Amino acid sequence: MIAFTARRLASAVLVMLALSVLVFLIFFATPGIDPARQMAGKNPTPETIAAIEAEFGLDRPLPVQYLKMMDRLVVSRDLESYSNRGAEILPQIARAAPVTLSLVLGAAILWVVLSVAIGVAAAVLRGRIWDPLLMAIALIGMSMPVFWLGQVANLFTQDRWHDTVLFSWVPPLGYTPLTEDPVLWFKHLVIPWITLAILYIGFYSRVLRAALIETESQDFVRTARAKGISERRVLVRHTLRTSMIGFVSLFGLDLGALVAGGALLTEVVFGLPGVGRLTYRALANLDLPVIMATVLYGAFFVVLMNALVDVLYARLDPRIREA
Amino acid sequence: MSGSPWRLALARLRRNRGAMASAVMLCVIVAASVAAPLYADHVAHTDPFASNVNGTTTVDGREVDVVAPNASGLGSTPIGPTLEGRYFLGADAQGRDVAARMLYGGRSSLQIALIAAVLTALIATVLGIVAGLAGGWIDAIISRFLDLIWAFPVYLLAISLATVLLVQGIELGPITVDASSLWLPAVIIGLIYVPYLARPVRGETLSLRRQEFVEAAIAQGASNPRLVFGELLPNVAPVIIVFLPLIVATNILTESALSYLSIGVQAPNASWGTIVQDGQGLLYTRPWVSIAPGILIVLTVLALNVIGDGVQDALDPRGRIRGRRRTLRRGAVA
Repeated sequence: MIAFTARRLASAVLVMLALSVLVFLIFFATPGIDPARQMAGKNPTPETIAAIEAEFGLDRPLPVQYLKMMDRLVVSRDLESYSNRGAEILPQIARAAPVTLSLVLGAAILWVVLSVAIGVAAAVLRGRIWDPLLMAIALIGMSMPVFWLGQVANLFTQDRWHDTVLFSWVPPLGYTPLTEDPVLWFKHLVIPWITLAILYIGFYSRVLRAALIETESQDFVRTARAKGISERRVLVRHTLRTSMIGFVSLFGLDLGALVAGGALLTEVVFGLPGVGRLTYRALANLDLPVIMATVLYGAFFVVLMNALVDVLYARLDPRIREA
Repeated sequence: MSGSPWRLALARLRRNRGAMASAVMLCVIVAASVAAPLYADHVAHTDPFASNVNGTTTVDGREVDVVAPNASGLGSTPIGPTLEGRYFLGADAQGRDVAARMLYGGRSSLQIALIAAVLTALIATVLGIVAGLAGGWIDAIISRFLDLIWAFPVYLLAISLATVLLVQGIELGPITVDASSLWLPAVIIGLIYVPYLARPVRGETLSLRRQEFVEAAIAQGASNPRLVFGELLPNVAPVIIVFLPLIVATNILTESALSYLSIGVQAPNASWGTIVQDGQGLLYTRPWVSIAPGILIVLTVLALNVIGDGVQDALDPRGRIRGRRRTLRRGAVA
């Protein structure tokens, strides 16, 4: 088990390295991308461009540029933005990370609780009208683009129904840190939480329902029933517990992707200054160091979660360790 | 020989009422999008790509401005839904007919999603079968490459590629894709989802290769093309077909997200995503500009999801592919 974990983590580190090279190549080796020209502003003289290239080391060979950037990103940790001269990047990420974390963790709690409730309800009520009805609603939830759902939510909570009792408490779009004003923090995040959760509730409740129905037909469940255990106990202790394995591993992967900045659209549509919006702004300005930093920050969580889920799986199922 | 399982699956799909109803809905949306020029010429009587800020239109027999200055004197507001043929859903900030643009937008969105899905299927099938059949170092290289793309958060890969390639399009030898062409988002979206299909195709090829009928063919000295087209492809096909509706649905969501972030379909072209984006600034005054194309996205994706479930139940009743299909959902952008 220890050997497997070590091997899996080592390969995760390798993947991170390879990803950093890939990201670097995408942004520095694609023809037509010229960060110096971008920084030089309108109608630059060749001298200005040359000066900028020299200042940022953009005239050096690509491998040198790559190593230098990685050195400033990981070792000396003073990598600076191109378009916002002198602004260090790591503090920007450190400021954005709690925003993303607040958004994602709140939404995750909502979607786990509700999707377990809906998935179990649909499986238990199988054969009645409630099951297809719940699953149809779940499918609609899965099919909505989040930026559109966010706009619809804004339309009603910020404008159309804002003067009614229902939504008069919703503050203008934006964010307040938890440490500054917990109540306002909460008020800012309720609508984004619900919006983001709706996307995932549909998917997770369908996955859980399918797993429950599959487990239901297995021998150990029949044995448990034969022993005379109450239906409730069979469901909670046997069926649900087994069915949650797939659910939990999916949850790990999705959580990793979201913490990494995957809630980009939600952050943009609700004006939350998180990692996703930071990435988006950097991309719009072609601010290469910030892009490198945020993309690698994102890849780190995704790769880490992938590795953790694999290790967890191997712990639960010894057959995987040998493969 | 291979006719009867396919016919069986088709019969099963036909009995699935939800899938059939969704197919009808999808056909209506596709037909409406295809008929976009007819709508623009004969119903809306406007060019949905030309700005019409200073134009006027007739509502209830009265002549009104398409984009009227606000009472406060600051800014202006486009006309809202009119229940006339012209400006049925109102106009956007540039005075263009939203309903007509939405139909044209449907063309772009559906085209991109479809082209990208075909691209994904082609590349993934080739990579998956080659890796599964060749084994050894060829398999190792392809598999590690797929793992790498797999580990790259899909939304980051999409927006990174879109941002970079929008600067001057793609120029690869004889292949050139213009930055404003619809092919650019189609190629990007087609590429990013390759691992999600190539990995299951490789797995299926590996398991097929161990089966008697394939071993028999190899023992009889079947050539590689004969092996691929005669034995492997017909048996890998169900995996690809089960994935396809879901890939198209994911593509539509991805395209709309990229276009919403202004790095997908470029002006003067429109897609459902760009229209939602156009409507963002008008959200509180003319909400239909954003809401209407969003409803079409939801209906299309919903229909494709239901059809996808139907195809899955018809072709893969024992749910062998289902678990793998789920990984594709991770691609969806939030």
